[in-house]
Amino acid sequence: MITAGVDVGAKYVKIVILEDGKNVLARANGIVEFDVWKSANDVFEKALLNVGLKREQVGQVVATGMGRKIVHMKPPIDAKEIVPEVIADAKGTYYLIPTVKTVIDVGAEEGRGIKVSENGGVRDFVINERCAAGAGTFIETMARALEVGVENMGPLALKSMNAIPMNAQCCVFAESEVVSLIHSKVSKEDIAKAIHDAIAGRIASMVLRIGVEKDVALIGGVARNPGFLPPLKKELNTEILIPEYPECVGALGAALFASEMEGQK
Amino acid sequence: MSERSSEFWRWREYRHTQPNMDWNQAKIVTAGIDIGSVGSKAAIILDGQLYAYSVMRTGGVSEETAFKVMNWALEGTGLKTENLHQVVGTGYGRVNIPFANKTITEIACHARGAHYIYGPSVRTVLDIGGQDCKAIRCDNKGKVMSFLMNDKCAAGTGRGLEVFSDLIRIPIEEVGKVSLNVTEEPPPVSNTCVIFAKAESVALLRQGWPKEKVAAAYHLAMVDRIIDLLTKVGIEKDFVITGGVAKNIGIATRLETNLGIKPLEPELDPILAGAIGAALFANALYEKQLGLR
Amino acid sequence: MQAHYGYKDGSGDYFIIIDTDNCDGCGKCVKACPYEVLELVDNEFDIEGGSMATVTEQHRKKIKYSCAPCKPVSGERKLPCVLACETKAITHSW
Repeated sequence: MITAGVDVGAKYVKIVILEDGKNVLARANGIVEFDVWKSANDVFEKALLNVGLKREQVGQVVATGMGRKIVHMKPPIDAKEIVPEVIADAKGTYYLIPTVKTVIDVGAEEGRGIKVSENGGVRDFVINERCAAGAGTFIETMARALEVGVENMGPLALKSMNAIPMNAQCCVFAESEVVSLIHSKVSKEDIAKAIHDAIAGRIASMVLRIGVEKDVALIGGVARNPGFLPPLKKELNTEILIPEYPECVGALGAALFASEMEGQK
Repeated sequence: MSERSSEFWRWREYRHTQPNMDWNQAKIVTAGIDIGSVGSKAAIILDGQLYAYSVMRTGGVSEETAFKVMNWALEGTGLKTENLHQVVGTGYGRVNIPFANKTITEIACHARGAHYIYGPSVRTVLDIGGQDCKAIRCDNKGKVMSFLMNDKCAAGTGRGLEVFSDLIRIPIEEVGKVSLNVTEEPPPVSNTCVIFAKAESVALLRQGWPKEKVAAAYHLAMVDRIIDLLTKVGIEKDFVITGGVAKNIGIATRLETNLGIKPLEPELDPILAGAIGAALFANALYEKQLGLR
Repeated sequence: MQAHYGYKDGSGDYFIIIDTDNCDGCGKCVKACPYEVLELVDNEFDIEGGSMATVTEQHRKKIKYSCAPCKPVSGERKLPCVLACETKAITHSW
């Protein structure tokens, strides 16, 4: 039995192809271009190609992510079911880390905190949306102001031992603040750390609304950024686990739902 | 060239003395100093009537600017600082005015000053600057009944407009006019956040929307947001708009249309509102000390 | 006077509203707030002076986050600042 999970995010499409509800056959991701539907299909095509499968060989497909409706009941992906991000996140994380109680998902445009129930369901959740200061876009925008590649932001931040507060709580105003910090000769390392401290502080405060219970897992694209974890751990005062392929956890959750659907047929 | 001169005009430094007024005849002479982040203003009033004023750029040291702007307002009047019965300071640099007898917030001074400039019918004051947006509701005496200030988020401020004009490559002074160049208003941009609204505008341009239409959608979203903030303090007639963004006709026209209220036109530069308000508070303070109120 | 401290951003409205006509400057809310969001200041809105509660400059731009621990997603928890205020001068917009 082969199923797939498709996570159409704000910035990337992530796809997981699963065999018998447990073996991951393929993972693929790609940038969301102007035509979201085409972007999703291209990534799906890429995933199939990786394992030498044809669309007909894949059974149920479940979609999640903010663009999930675009592939709902629409061939070739033709997802028969769509699930909200928090449900897919909880399912996927619980599968990888059965002891998980709290999931923190930081994507490009949204930050989420999820309290996971005994069986991998959602007990409670909180979302920060529609404000760029509370999601991955913040780091990306600041990277541009610093003239540093976004992938270098985390490593740069790790080199700093200083704590410089950032006052701006808005992405646009923070850009100006970063520029004035550069002008006042603050090192790029210190500025990069200040940026990560700021976003970690906001995400941590948001997660506190659902309460932090161990084990705590961090997923989503921003989990790939090594500069984000230390300030988040400090703010929440807890150990935080990051699964392998943290950006694909939502897609995995969706693929697991697809397997359950297939099993019930 | 035109771009330059309008920029120059916006930051023009000037002073003025009202002719036909004699401070020697006045019972109470007071001053208000408003040290803002960009501009500093001083106003001198005689028995509650505006006599002289000055507007200049804020320098690096607030104390120095305070002395400069005060002395400039006094220039040629024969008045000296010692002749002032009371001085009230306001604005973000108000704590750094050595000769001020008291400080009052810019919100209260702005309302009191708007009441003087536009007349006692003013109930709602909207002040949109480069980095913030203030909504104030006041009573028939210029006393603040309700206020709100948003300086956290760039949406609905001059900065948000700058980001947009940069994106569509139309000068900030013209973007408002350009946005009115549509036969029908499009739906507003759905994102509030400037970063996301910018991405949404890019997507609209890629869909083939002309610049004017995208500009209209962006301006409409800003207006919706400003009205939302105004609603929180309660909109009441008469209504006035101050601050740099008031000069954007795309915002001003849509505010008028969507609120169904025409803003009052000022006879004095509304940039002076804070300083005039402060001087009026100084007048009230002195009257109180004399036991007149 | 209804003093609105806070902001509106893409994610929503976050204002702490202090009715300065009701605020008697007792300072109980300042002590009750676990995150030092509130403080007592001189009333600079009028020449009469007196003291009044306000949201600190430091917190005005981030009260969505500063106040988050007192606003759990589920389960009821009365806000400490609101409970402490005997004159009912404090309200939250969210």
